Amino acid sequence: MIIARILGTVVSTQKDERLLGKKLLIVKPINLDGTDQSGYLVSVDTVGAGFHEKVIVVGGSSARMAEGNKDCPVDSAIIGVIDEIDFTT
Amino acid sequence: MQIARVIGTVVSTMKNASLEGRKFLIVQTLDADLKPKGSPTIALDAVGAGEGELVFWCRGKEASFPFKRDETPTDCTIVGIIDSDAHVFQG
Repeated sequence: MIIARILGTVVSTQKDERLLGKKLLIVKPINLDGTDQSGYLVSVDTVGAGFHEKVIVVGGSSARMAEGNKDCPVDSAIIGVIDEIDFTT
Repeated sequence: MQIARVIGTVVSTMKNASLEGRKFLIVQTLDADLKPKGSPTIALDAVGAGEGELVFWCRGKEASFPFKRDETPTDCTIVGIIDSDAHVFQG
């Protein structure tokens, strides 16, 4: 799992019918200190995340196991909104 | 599976319903000499690990297998706690 911040949304009308009603967000992977990593992901939101929030993103076939994503063609899902990160290096 | 050190926690109140009651930990993967390797990642805890402990994690779809609730959305799970640093042997 990675932490990421929400960059924006993707609007798609013509899509696989199993993706109907799903919110697609663009997320940018970040480091623990909040700095950006390279690249981005289009991720299905399962928790109601909003702009600029830090979230936990799960990838691969596990993304399909999230509540609401059963049998959906997704490989990236937002499964939690981060309240707080606490770590020692 | 790889060896890692738990270096912190992530608190999330608003999370996917199938993760209710689960704990997220930040883990730093280590090489065979127990030196940090790569950047830290987020793992779900299946064994009751805590900060500072040496653990091993499992990645991929198999990461969801430890949880009896069959569909848990995790791609990185801590599946064991290593007794101590001295319990890591190399041939």
